[in-house]
Amino acid sequence: MQTSSPLADSKVDDRPKPASRHILAGRRNAGYAIVVLASLAFLLLLLVQLLHATGATAIGFADWRPVLVAYLLWAIAIGIGLVVIRGERGLRALFLLPAVFFTIAVVIFPTMFGIYIATLDWNLSSLEGPRFSGFNNLIGLFHDTYYWNALGNMGFYTIAVLAEYAIAFGLALLLSGQIRARKLFRVVFLLPMMLSPVAVSWMIGKSLMEYRFGPAATLARYLGWDNPAFFASPWSAWLSIEVMDAWVSIPFIMIILLAGLQAMPKEVLEAAKVDGANSWQSFWHVTFPIMLPVSITVLIIRIIFKLKLADIVINVTAGGPGGATDTVSSFIYRVYRDRSNVGYGTGLAMFYLLMIILFLTLLLRLSRRWTQKVA
Amino acid sequence: MAILTSESKRGRKRGAAARTNRIASRVLIYAALLFWSFVCLFPIYWTVTTSFKSAIDVTQGHLVPWVDFQPDWKGWRSLGLSPDTIFGISTARSEFVSRFANSIITSVGASILALILGSLAAYGLSRFRYKFAWMRNDDILFFFMSQLILPPVVLALPFLVLYKALSLLDTRFGLILLYTLTVLPIVIWIMRDQFNSIPIELDEAAFVDGLSTWGAFLRIILPLAVPGMAAAFILSLVLCWNEYFFAALLTSTDAKTLPVMVASQTGSQGINWWSMAALSTAAIAPLVIVGIFLERYIVSGLTTGAGK
Repeated sequence: MQTSSPLADSKVDDRPKPASRHILAGRRNAGYAIVVLASLAFLLLLLVQLLHATGATAIGFADWRPVLVAYLLWAIAIGIGLVVIRGERGLRALFLLPAVFFTIAVVIFPTMFGIYIATLDWNLSSLEGPRFSGFNNLIGLFHDTYYWNALGNMGFYTIAVLAEYAIAFGLALLLSGQIRARKLFRVVFLLPMMLSPVAVSWMIGKSLMEYRFGPAATLARYLGWDNPAFFASPWSAWLSIEVMDAWVSIPFIMIILLAGLQAMPKEVLEAAKVDGANSWQSFWHVTFPIMLPVSITVLIIRIIFKLKLADIVINVTAGGPGGATDTVSSFIYRVYRDRSNVGYGTGLAMFYLLMIILFLTLLLRLSRRWTQKVA
Repeated sequence: MAILTSESKRGRKRGAAARTNRIASRVLIYAALLFWSFVCLFPIYWTVTTSFKSAIDVTQGHLVPWVDFQPDWKGWRSLGLSPDTIFGISTARSEFVSRFANSIITSVGASILALILGSLAAYGLSRFRYKFAWMRNDDILFFFMSQLILPPVVLALPFLVLYKALSLLDTRFGLILLYTLTVLPIVIWIMRDQFNSIPIELDEAAFVDGLSTWGAFLRIILPLAVPGMAAAFILSLVLCWNEYFFAALLTSTDAKTLPVMVASQTGSQGINWWSMAALSTAAIAPLVIVGIFLERYIVSGLTTGAGK
């Protein structure tokens, strides 16, 4: 995901601000005062509410919503303070600050909180509250065969991305050729991506592939499959889920590959033609290597999205038969829905996140080495 | 080759062979294109037509309206959306309309919020050099982009607990916050590319004319960035509209979105095919329309940075 374009020299420099000399010490102090006061007020409110929640004091709010408002006000105060202290540089920081504060509040903090929850034995539906259990969730996870089964399935789902890529590349080549009504075909090919996976799970999984009278089942019978129960045997169920997910996501891969193909210099292909290469040779020795960086980027993005696969599985098979189609996300969803165990579910999710980070780091490093070797 | 009847001059022959070859490859290409168009369109066609079928037409696998079966407003009547029921009172319709409104409010709200936060951050990252502790611009961008790998399950359960404490469970505002965080990286990515393509000289000219940093951004640069904003907005809209996982966990009655309604109907037994088909059609219709008419923006949003 890292951008390759370096920050160009054409950026506005941090010119030494002549204005900063004129900022009076008093103004700067006022700025610091705003920051410190706002932080103190925010911390005080947090403390009061914490004590109230643990039952130590009676004063406090019914819920934590005022803390959210206080966080917002605190963020605004920090922004004002920064502008007062730093002047122009503060004004520039204001561009970035809203996104940073937002991210801290809704990504960083919940993730930290999630790590804390993962160490608890916390059943939301039972009356007793959270109980600290240390690494019990982690130990339990290693004995959970369903979880490892789901992780294994993710491996198969990830490998299937290569097949999606092959089909998408074929389609992109078709669309980049000299054809009539290219725009029409592009719109049509893009449509599946727009549809919600939930609607797709009904449209294809529950209706087209319906055992008794779905058109796909009828076609399968016509082709000689006597008993077209798509979701009865593990392998056909897995394949059916994968086909649905591929149907939704191939357009995405295709569009990016198509953009890459259209940005390709035409002279190279013409040179290959002059050298007497046939179309397969010119694809394999010219087009494919040139497209390799784009291909790797799109494959990695696609794998990232594949690792989040859940909606279709939850709605069509609920992980069955016997966990053959389970993804980690759909499994954790069921763990929560069936057992309301927030602590264990979060533990599973955190472990999964760790695996994803390790896997993607490895993948990025490998791909970087690979592209360097080829280029 | 049998068409070739004239005297067999070698060059002529080769030309004709090449022509038949080319025609054959043309035919193959168009056959492949038409086949894939069929693959893309048939499920949609099937869903739309099924919403007009009665039970017997479904079981006998009738496909073509007016030829195979007589279309009827059956599915739409059960949703209260057929011409004869649209002005009557219908609980099914009021439920559908409220889910539809929830979907619109959450996806539009989240897209706008993400666009505001993302555009500001992207402009900053494109024009200035920041240093937060050890983090420089590229690190900050990577920090935002790395949130893309975060699977929804990691955040879903902590959010469940947090939203309970904040009494934000089952509220549209809560969903908007979550949807914003899922699309924010994409918006920043698209907008940064957009701002990078606007020459820095324009900013400098604006400063010379006496505009402040924010004045230059709001009055000169932002109007030029409208194509990128449109692409980012529409792409986020699509992603938020289709989101199911968070909505399924965090909403129960008030803030339920359309995908949750579709999913809850599929689960229940005895639901009629035609009403399910009508519901699915209604759920995908807005995006099919967006896909057809605003395809340009979606493509430009998706392909941001792909050519580099």
